[in-house]
Amino acid sequence: MADKHGAEKHIDEISGVETTGHEWDGIRELNNPMPRWWVWTFYATIVWALGYTIAYPAWPMLSEATRGVLGYSSRANVAQDLQVAKAAQTVYLDRIAAAPLADIVADPELAQFAISGGASAFKVNCAQCHGSGAAGSAGFPNLNDDDWVWGGSIDEIYTTIAHGIRFEGDADTHVSEMPAFGDMLQPEEIRQVAAYVVSLTGTPHDASLVEPGKQLFADNCASCHGEDAKGNREMGAPNLADAIWLKGEGEEAIANQVRAPKHGVMPAWLPRLGEPTVKQLAVFVHSLGGGE
Amino acid sequence: MKYGLETGLLAVGAFLALLGAAFAHDNQFQAHMWVLFFVLLAGTVVMIRRVSFAPYRVPGDSLPKGAASPYFDEVVKYGVIATVFWGVVGFLVGVVVALQLAFPDLNIEPWFNFGRMRPLHTSAVIFAFGGNALIATAFYVVQRTSRARLFGGDLGWFVFWGYQLFIVMAATGYLLGITQAREYAEPEWYVDLWLTVVWVAFLVAFLGTILTRKEPHIYVANWFFLSFIVTIAMLHIVNNLAVPVSFLGVKSYSAFSGVQDALTQWWYGHNAVGFFLTAGFLGMMYYFIPKQVNRPVYSYRLSIIHFWALIFLYIWAGPHHLHYTALPDWAQTLGMVFSIMLWMPSWGGMINGLMTLSGAWDKVRTDPIVRMMVMAVAFYGMATFEGPMMSIRAVNSLSHYTDWTIGHVHSGALGWNGLITFGAIYYMVPKLWNRERLYSIRMVNWHFWLATLGIVVYAAVMWVAGIQQGLMWREYDEQGFLVYSFAETVAAMFPYYVLRAVGGGLFLAGALIMAFNVTMTILGYQRDEEAIPGSSAVAQPAE
Repeated sequence: MADKHGAEKHIDEISGVETTGHEWDGIRELNNPMPRWWVWTFYATIVWALGYTIAYPAWPMLSEATRGVLGYSSRANVAQDLQVAKAAQTVYLDRIAAAPLADIVADPELAQFAISGGASAFKVNCAQCHGSGAAGSAGFPNLNDDDWVWGGSIDEIYTTIAHGIRFEGDADTHVSEMPAFGDMLQPEEIRQVAAYVVSLTGTPHDASLVEPGKQLFADNCASCHGEDAKGNREMGAPNLADAIWLKGEGEEAIANQVRAPKHGVMPAWLPRLGEPTVKQLAVFVHSLGGGE
Repeated sequence: MKYGLETGLLAVGAFLALLGAAFAHDNQFQAHMWVLFFVLLAGTVVMIRRVSFAPYRVPGDSLPKGAASPYFDEVVKYGVIATVFWGVVGFLVGVVVALQLAFPDLNIEPWFNFGRMRPLHTSAVIFAFGGNALIATAFYVVQRTSRARLFGGDLGWFVFWGYQLFIVMAATGYLLGITQAREYAEPEWYVDLWLTVVWVAFLVAFLGTILTRKEPHIYVANWFFLSFIVTIAMLHIVNNLAVPVSFLGVKSYSAFSGVQDALTQWWYGHNAVGFFLTAGFLGMMYYFIPKQVNRPVYSYRLSIIHFWALIFLYIWAGPHHLHYTALPDWAQTLGMVFSIMLWMPSWGGMINGLMTLSGAWDKVRTDPIVRMMVMAVAFYGMATFEGPMMSIRAVNSLSHYTDWTIGHVHSGALGWNGLITFGAIYYMVPKLWNRERLYSIRMVNWHFWLATLGIVVYAAVMWVAGIQQGLMWREYDEQGFLVYSFAETVAAMFPYYVLRAVGGGLFLAGALIMAFNVTMTILGYQRDEEAIPGSSAVAQPAE
């Protein structure tokens, strides 16, 4: 039993250390000193903390806090870092802003900078639709291949990025609208023309529908997509003679697109990103493999 | 009727909940009041029928020694069962949210998406599992170390059931989409008010027991428990100061705004770690480790110095959660240096816990419960070193917002809070239910290894994931452009997120073994098994 004032001495047999003399539910406490290393490390952290608060902004005073002898400021540091980063890029950005696109592509040093900057901007602004590898998905074109709806030269790519596609806020945006042939052709005829289009790509199709489909194509589609179905970039009419599809593969998907076409929209990026960044994006996309 | 008043109050509460549902200002409040109504209605019916849920009265079981126990242990028994139950629930939800991060298709809209399941997980493990463990052990320890029956009679029952009601209202609220969006304090104003009432009752029961103690001095474990209860009350009230839009609606607006709001939030958030998960569980450690190893506490002087240093320093460390934010630099600096000074006071608890084993280290080999407690203290030491290190501004610039933080939290929560609670449960269950020993000691060993392996996998994977994430975010190329998009850094986490779920799964498996072991012990079974080698041969130290 615990003594009232801990006067009763008790020695722990195993360690030979005196206890405090108290006992709670059978638990006693040894009267060991605090470990020296613990005490000194604790003191050291306190001394360090005091020193740190002298060096850095720390103590709140009446109107503002102490600023610290090192003059540290996280905001000033960020501003300075941004300044340095900007200064390092300015020389290139100025040259990109001034040079025609063809000259940028031709200058290896400038092209490398533009591709890096374009890749970085692409990941933030473009990857959401075109994918982080620019491989696209249904409705969003693959930018790695050489099949271009609105043209694959560096200047054409720039125009598309700058002004967008079917973007209402831009007077120079690309506009094209394929009519909904569901109102003009019979369902059977739509199946026939779809089968004909598929036959052009050399992929499996229903051969019995091709012959009537060919005539229907000549009458209704060739004016935009061309006699040979190779498309017309002036009008944004895609090449139908290759096996690359924007909206979906196979007769069914093509028939759907003929019946009630879907029209994608891309924003105009020039007002949002500015001339140098759009130029860098154009160089980057041009460099992906399909640039003309 | 012995419980006439209580039954009446429950019925009135149910009726008020029904009125709340009828005149609700918004649909969420209506749904939540229906939940409350059915819970209180069920409570009323149970009270009227006097259904006894006490699971310990096995037919033919004699009640010898404990029958005359001077202590109020019924509520502790319920607390132990609730701890095990909520633990399994919380860990299970944890594994689910881990899988949701790896496989987004598992987000089931709207009730079971990650945004609602994540607070369900954190609250289930911190407040349901941890809170029940703290209440049960605080009641168990304070009575024995004060040699006094729990103060307030049935107040203990009110604390227990009131706290369960808080848990149910918080959890169902999250799934219904009711949140005030304050981390670890998501419940809305009316649930916060209820918790305040319950918490004050907890304080009265605990403090009353200490004041009526028959020991001349207050045992160190009770200092920690008391500091935990008092400080949590203060943090809870200040952080949740808010003005409801309607007294019949869920939405409320915080009394703070902007960076003051952020600082209040993290003053609360960090001290929920400091006083709920550290001070409270140190109270647990200071009783159950000396009891289980049957050795005196290593150093009284260390306990008193590290207690006061911990209490004084912890409360200032919150701003380190807001490095490189709108918080002024001076406040960030103070948060950081207080965190550094906190290192040794935290380790004082580790030293006292580990050194209490001096003279009994062989028990780490022979007693899996001791092994569990020692591993808990070891993880405590690791987490309380890692924390101050991560609070250093330069380290934080890499670690902040990454999964490293998640790994740090879990090495503390799973390693320290989890293992010390499991140890306490394994210690208490045979004593509370008058069993000679646990159903199976070997299952404790299985639990130990599954849990430890799970934590090691979890923490190691999150270190790698977090550091990789931090490095990817700050990776610039030679031209000064960012190399990775955010989505690419998310995609890079996939293998780590899968492995993290594996680690959590191992921890959950251990908890399921514990649930089985505890259930069988309560039901009065003993598994026929070989003793752990050496366990019986060791002589108990002479008293």
